[in-house]
Amino acid sequence: MLELLRSNYIECFAMFLYAVGLFTLILDKNLVKKIIGMDIMDSAVYLLLGSMGYIRGGKAPILTEGVETYVSPLPTGLVLTGIVVSVSVSALMMALAIRLYGKYHTLDIDEIYLLARRGEGENV
Amino acid sequence: MNEPRSPGFVAKWKRWRKGSPELLRDLQCEALPHMHPDRRAKYGWEDRPKAPISAQDRKRLRSIYRSLAIVACSVIFLFFLATALTLPRVGDPDAPAMNEVVDRYLNDSMEETGVVNTVAGVILSYRAFDTLGEAHVLFSALAAVMILLETHAVTKRTKQERLLQRVVWGAQGDPIMQEVTRILFPAVALFGIYVIFNGHLSPGGGFSGGTVFGACLILHSIAFGDDETRRFFSERIFLIVKVSTLLVYSIVMFAFFFTGANGLPWAFPLGTVGNIFSSGHILLVNIVVGFEVACTMYGMYSMFERGHV
Repeated sequence: MLELLRSNYIECFAMFLYAVGLFTLILDKNLVKKIIGMDIMDSAVYLLLGSMGYIRGGKAPILTEGVETYVSPLPTGLVLTGIVVSVSVSALMMALAIRLYGKYHTLDIDEIYLLARRGEGENV
Repeated sequence: MNEPRSPGFVAKWKRWRKGSPELLRDLQCEALPHMHPDRRAKYGWEDRPKAPISAQDRKRLRSIYRSLAIVACSVIFLFFLATALTLPRVGDPDAPAMNEVVDRYLNDSMEETGVVNTVAGVILSYRAFDTLGEAHVLFSALAAVMILLETHAVTKRTKQERLLQRVVWGAQGDPIMQEVTRILFPAVALFGIYVIFNGHLSPGGGFSGGTVFGACLILHSIAFGDDETRRFFSERIFLIVKVSTLLVYSIVMFAFFFTGANGLPWAFPLGTVGNIFSSGHILLVNIVVGFEVACTMYGMYSMFERGHV
């Protein structure tokens, strides 16, 4: 168990980072902090993917003479795709948060929900 | 039948009938418990309004939610941790992830796609469909951000006004920032273009080089103001570059997919490996992706900063 923890510490840390992001996403009331939590979760996934492609002693997959072992180029490409998508999603979420702040003048998700329901005429 | 007790009720009710719909909830809360069902139907007050949730109840619900969320997150975390401990060891060359796909990418990509940087070959030739979708995601995200945040069109200024703006901004702007930007701007722009054009030979490619190039546009805009940036990168140029690069990318990829995804040797010969003009369509795609990403980065910055490009 401890031996596995030592050899797989990168993956364990990726899981820990994912949990940190998930806690922030679910438990924090502030919209911007929720978005930051989502980004931390993204980074955890990239760390996990990157560690999957690593080979001990491997060099970056730029083909050069005299290098025998390369790390796997496949997770690198996947992470590149993931980074671009996460940038797009964060920008979209930030823009929506700005619009919500402009309407309700708060970033607290509970208050926004209350105000929105009151705006629809419900007696809450 | 009891009459409602509030003294202002009748006046409120008259105002509601003359056309103040926001008073409906108040009137219903006050009058419905005392009203005959027939009269309710007459005024369209059928449903009974729910009692508002008290602050205490809200607090209790919140604490239940928090404890349930903590339990759920902890269970997910422990489950993931247990999974991480069963994964093959990091750095193990015999792990199941190191299968024949990786061998093919590492051994044959130089002959098949003409790249030295295997990652460029993977994302722009072997997994090109993925990257095409990714570019479209980026485009749609910028379009959505522009829909959400665009405040007003750029006002056309005369030459004198622009000059005045320049003088005023020059007096207001940070001189250290401006001097540093004068030195850094060409170097950063050149580095971005180098990373874009050398993406198939060295680390980099369209996405990273485009980000560097976009960062240098953002730097210029911060240091000298948006009017100064608009002199060489106006909204018109921004739109043309953003749309035409995606169009070129889509057309090249269309031809690529419909001829069997084996490169386009009749249009873009592979050339000598190691030269700048080699590796077929990958160089062209790197360039268009680079300029699209640069436009997207600058567009997102200016949308969040001031609401127009």
